[in-house]
Order: sequence, then C-alpha cells, then structure tokens
Amino acid sequence: MSDWQLDVDVRGLLCPLPIFKTDQALAGLPVGGRARILATDPGIAHDLPAWCQINGHAMVSLVNKGRLWTAIVEKGT
Amino acid sequence: MVAATGMNDAMEEKPDRIRALGLLSGGLDSTLAARLLLEQGIDVACVNFHTGFCIQSHTGAIRNPKPGAPPPRHDALHAAKNLGVKLHMVDISADYVRIVTDPKHGYGKHLNPCLDCKIFMVAKAWEMAKQLGYHFIFTGEVLGQRPMSQRRDTFPVIDREAGVKGWLLRPLTALRMPETEPEQRGWVDRNRLEGFSGRGRKPQMALAEKLGITDYPSPAGGCCFLTDENYARKLRDLWNFRNTREYTIEDILLLKAGRHLRPAPHFKLMIGRDQSENLFLSGFRQGRVMIRTKNTAGPLTLMEGDTTAPEDRLLACRIAARYSKGKDQGKVVMTIDSDGFSETLEVTPLPAHELMDHWHV
Ligand code: SF4
Repeated sequence: MSDWQLDVDVRGLLCPLPIFKTDQALAGLPVGGRARILATDPGIAHDLPAWCQINGHAMVSLVNKGRLWTAIVEKGT
Repeated sequence: MVAATGMNDAMEEKPDRIRALGLLSGGLDSTLAARLLLEQGIDVACVNFHTGFCIQSHTGAIRNPKPGAPPPRHDALHAAKNLGVKLHMVDISADYVRIVTDPKHGYGKHLNPCLDCKIFMVAKAWEMAKQLGYHFIFTGEVLGQRPMSQRRDTFPVIDREAGVKGWLLRPLTALRMPETEPEQRGWVDRNRLEGFSGRGRKPQMALAEKLGITDYPSPAGGCCFLTDENYARKLRDLWNFRNTREYTIEDILLLKAGRHLRPAPHFKLMIGRDQSENLFLSGFRQGRVMIRTKNTAGPLTLMEGDTTAPEDRLLACRIAARYSKGKDQGKVVMTIDSDGFSETLEVTPLPAHELMDHWHV
C-alpha cells in the first residue's frame, strides 16, 4: 500500500540526523502529506514519536523488523 | 534600553506575554531552568544544538544492543516533550569545526573547548531569539559546576563575547548573579529563582522532586565526546598524522566506532567489534579500503590513509584476520574492496606477539 508521498531513507544514520532529515523532508510536504521513514538507529522508536508530538505531526505507524524501523509520519500544521 | 541589544522596537514595550528561549541539553539542570520559568507563566521554547560530538545513548547503539535494553533516546527531545515546550533542533556541526580546531580560550582537560563552545551556542541562541521574537534567553548553568565554563569569572566573558549582556538569565544560579534585564523589568520574579552553586547535585535533585520531575538522565554522561579521554586521543592522532587540525563529519563519526589501530604513520585501521559495528562501518567504505573475511566469521575492517602499497594491505589483512574466528588457523581468506574493485588474499593471521601495543590508538 502506497499512502505516502515521500521516502526518507536514513538507514545508517545515528540520531539526531534521522530527525533532521525527516524535518527537512516534511518541510516540502503540504499539511496532511505523509512521509515514510526508513531507519536503522533503534533510537527512532523513542525519538520520532517525541519529535512528532512536540511539533504537531502525527505518527501514523511504526514497525520494527530486525534492525530496520519503518515509520509513517503525517505533517501537522 | 532593549534596543541597545539589537531587539526590535516592539519589544521595548511591556509585552503581553514574555517569551524566553532556553538552551536545552535534556539534562536535569537545563530542564529545571526551563521549568522554573514555565512556573512563572513565561512562554518557553528551547533550542538544542547538534555539534557532531554530542553524546547520546544512540552512539552506544552502534554496537549490538543488550537484550532487553530500552531503546536509546535523544535527551533534549524527551525533556522538551515532558516539559511540553517547542524544541528547535539546530545542526551547527559545520560552523562548529573552527571552535574545536582553533579555540580562542583553549581546551579543558581533553579536547573540550568549553568556553568557546558556550560563547558560540549562546550567541547562536541569542541570534535566533531576536529573529523569532523571544525576549531573552536562558541556560541551566550553575556557578562553580564546571571547571572551565561555569565560573564567576567566565560567566561575564560568555555574556560579553556572545553579545548578550543582561539578556541571558541563569535561573538556577540567578540569586548569586547580578540582576538581568528580564528581572529588572519585572518580567521574571527573581524571588522565584534559585541560587545554586558548586558541583553537588543535591539541591537540583530536591527541586526536581518538588516539581515532580522524575524522568531525567544521569548526570554522569557528560555533554560531549570532546571531554572523553579515549575519543580525544583518537582525534589528536588523526590531526597529528594528517598534519592538519581539520576534520569532517565522517571522521568524527568514525572515531566513535570500532577498534582503531595505526600500524604505520600513513594508514590506520578501524575494526568492527560486533555485527552492529560492522554494519555501521560498512556505511563509510566509500573512499576507504574495506577488508572482510571470506569463509570465516570475522570483523569488517576499514583501512584509511595511504592504502596503496601491497605490503600495507597484506599487513592490514593479517591484522584483521587476527580478530576473526580464524585467528588460530594457518590461513584465512580475506576480501579486499576498494574503488569498486574486489580481490581476495589468503593470509596468515598476525600472531599475538607481533601485534604491537603502540598500534592501538
Ligand atoms: S562539554 Fe562539549 S558541549 Fe559541553 S560545553 Fe564543553 S565542549 Fe561544549
């Protein structure tokens, strides 16, 4: 299912770089637009939801398989 | 007059709502500083600067996670979430290079240029505050807590050189400092600030308990890798053998992972210590020689520097084989990848007595 407009591949990057890249990517999306984030830093499991919460974005899903985390984030206002 | 500091005219009036921007590391002190201002009804937001050297538990996550260990987290993000404030995360790593390579006020115990670093961050925060319409800035600094940057004689240096005189409030130690502009103007109630000093943590912990703050990182972690003896040694080694004090972001990331050996002045090896580090190092293979074991379990090794001589590559392979499961075998087959070419080499693992202690960086 392809319900996102943008892929943000931050595999191999350590936090906070995945957050910086996600922030930059979302800047190019309209409110309500979605990005899929692919990450290998386990910190993403804590950091992305926290970052979404303080910035008003919605954390749609977060799935972990082995060393890969896949998240869908929806841009807020 | 506010205008003297560069604040715009609108801010000279008594604002309806006082807005403050704080430097937030996510440690207890900066969290408490923010909270003390929130308690006074001040509109607080924070900024966290990424220098490239920040110690976050994520760096530990380069290695295989311990079973059952909680996922690592970014302290400032979580502190901001718990405080319920906005956090501006700003990457200053490129501009920060000159602070590390040429600090006007010198280094602390290792390669930590704390005073220059503080001046740089405070100046950046103040610049942001003016742009974004915050009335003043604050930090969680406590007088006497850190030997280099948190002293009675260094606070005025920070304020003066960052161009923020009078507009930087230190809520945890304010009662020991001259009044700042926000206090003089009645924007901040000085009586509700603290007068902490020294290296002890007890008053901060008591205040945290009083304010119901329980979720904060242990103070032992330190701000950044530049205060870490092992890390500083590796960075000095890099500078010495390159004959320049420059570094790239890749360089400083690589110093955080693997076993580092310099068997000769012109090249060095970075050897993964587990599967997770191997994966991390493999992401930096571009522009370096990557050495792996072919049929035996073993580390991923990166060779960096002048890597062209066959005898150096042979030695690198023999050292890498020494750290593989085949270290006691007569021969181990190694794969060497460089510049898109791949070759194999059968080598004898280096015996323990030939592995020189002084090679370890
Ligand atoms: S420990 Fe590192 S981050 Fe903290 S003030 Fe010193 S140089 Fe800056």
